[in-house]
Amino acid sequence: MKGKRLINISKVIGKYLFRVMTLLLATSIVAFVLVSLSPIDPVQQYVMGAGAVSMEQRETISEYWGLNAPPTERYLNWLSAILRGDMGVSLLYRQPVARIISERFINTFALMMTSWILSGIIGFVLGCVMGICQGKWVDSIIKRICLVLCSVPTFWLGLVFLLIFSVWLGWFPIGFSSPIGIADTDVSIWQRLYHLVLPALTLSFISFANVALHTRQKLIDVLESDYVLFARARGNDTWTIMKRHGFRNILLPAITLQFASFAELFGGSVLAENVFSYPGLGSAVSAAGLNSDVPLLLGITLFSTLFVFLGNFIANIIYGVVDPRIGEERPHGQAIGD
Amino acid sequence: MCHSNLPLLEVDNLSVSFRMYDRAFGQRDLKVIQDLAITVNSGEILAVVGSSGSGKSLLAHAVLGLLPQNATVSGRMFYKGKPLDEQNQRKLRGSEIALIPQSVTYLDPLMQVGKQARGTDKSPERMRRQRKVFQRLNLTRQAEKLYPFQLSGGMARRVLFSTAIITDAELVIADEPTPGMHLDQALEALSILRELADIGKGIILITHDIDLALQFADKIAVFYAGTTVEESPVADFIKGPGALRHPYTKALWHALPQNDFIPIDGFQPYAGNLPDGCLFAPRCPLKTPECEAGNPHMRKLRGGKVRCVHAT
Repeated sequence: MKGKRLINISKVIGKYLFRVMTLLLATSIVAFVLVSLSPIDPVQQYVMGAGAVSMEQRETISEYWGLNAPPTERYLNWLSAILRGDMGVSLLYRQPVARIISERFINTFALMMTSWILSGIIGFVLGCVMGICQGKWVDSIIKRICLVLCSVPTFWLGLVFLLIFSVWLGWFPIGFSSPIGIADTDVSIWQRLYHLVLPALTLSFISFANVALHTRQKLIDVLESDYVLFARARGNDTWTIMKRHGFRNILLPAITLQFASFAELFGGSVLAENVFSYPGLGSAVSAAGLNSDVPLLLGITLFSTLFVFLGNFIANIIYGVVDPRIGEERPHGQAIGD
Repeated sequence: MCHSNLPLLEVDNLSVSFRMYDRAFGQRDLKVIQDLAITVNSGEILAVVGSSGSGKSLLAHAVLGLLPQNATVSGRMFYKGKPLDEQNQRKLRGSEIALIPQSVTYLDPLMQVGKQARGTDKSPERMRRQRKVFQRLNLTRQAEKLYPFQLSGGMARRVLFSTAIITDAELVIADEPTPGMHLDQALEALSILRELADIGKGIILITHDIDLALQFADKIAVFYAGTTVEESPVADFIKGPGALRHPYTKALWHALPQNDFIPIDGFQPYAGNLPDGCLFAPRCPLKTPECEAGNPHMRKLRGGKVRCVHAT
């Protein structure tokens, strides 16, 4: 029995490993093709600030970077390097890609996690309030706000926040992740958090509306179900029903949705980081794209793919562990009692 | 054990309509129950029979005040002589009036059924009682830990059945509790209801199974197209058509397999296009012009009640 279970688990892990490998391969190919088709010449971008650079010198740079080789060969070179664990050196920052990612990921991770938790909590609470008050004015007001927020682009909201809170009110800094003119090692955690507030708020505003609307709908479905009707028939009040049946039945979809939203979060962080000049992966990837910095672009692409995959993977696992209906191999109910 | 001569539950002239939205803009009230009347005394099982769509389950929901928002209820309902208004319904639900619902969807899919059977009462006494009831219904200790999706249809019915039995409710409304159960389990369930009635509780047994109803009930109320056409002692049903009152009840008797097994022509009219006058008139062998002059009133006749001008 136990051995069989172990085999099953390793089968599942093997399946997921295979999937993630093919996924990474596919995204890297697509990203590489796209960046190869891009009209931006990395050499031109590189020498732009350096004054007069002769054709011979450009040729040397090109040769040095290996740009003259056909695209397939370049891709295969990159692939064999990455299989050996070498992600290459960024053309733009002149640093190993792995180091850039690890440095910037901390910033992005802090930003994403803050807004992820914020949006999850705000969204869930608002969704519950709307679901319970369905049809009343509280519901219709919050619902309208959520619908508006759903259709607002991240960068625009970021600009509005900047305008209001940084320029007019002066409550928050205009940008970056730490104060200007202070050495990186001297920046305190509070200063970092202070710089994090506005971008995180922008990012969470984009996704909490989604979570709230989804939770609302799910809760309405639950409250209209037969088992809630029966709970009422047994004399339970609304709060008891929420505690016994409501949360139990909406928490799971909410958590799953929350983990599955990693992808949107990443997309949003690219925009939010650019608006707030926040030095994270999002601003790095757009810089890499604009400068045809292929190693950095591919590195970040792979990294974020992995991150999103992990989010979905966790969502799957949670569902299987928490929901008794999933992961059931055979209905052992039949054997009992009948 | 009857403490007073007031009936436990009295429903009189009950009408239920639903506000419906027609095609694009129109709004109309669809009357699904009209002039319904039943009486349940303490110590009595009233079986409610009638075909699907005759308003049996709606009666149960109306008594408990569980109809959806778009429903309007009129008529009078009394519980122990006190009017059953919204406030009273809320107070009595679960404590004095218990419902046995009719399908597995009334169980929370994500909660173990033992916990659901016990309800919000977490006392050890409740637990003991639940185990006793489960045992009696042939549900094992392991069954407590199962989730609804792991139950067979019959097990789900028995769990639903147990939810009402472990309360101290005075009135139990059982909405088709037996389908899906094995015969011996159904008999066991109904004998539990009989025992409850014998210690002074009132039971409404909504059922399609007339045979079982005849074995356990005291009175039978026959529903047709959202109204009661007859309420009579079980004995009259056993005696046969001669003792019965309403032509529909007689037709029902003739249609039973153990009797003549002859169905009556036509079909029950549905809400929205009910005939004027007596609802059974279009199918009735005794029909006269008199029958079209409004739905007849329920009147007392030979120890029962009937809604027919011709019944003798």
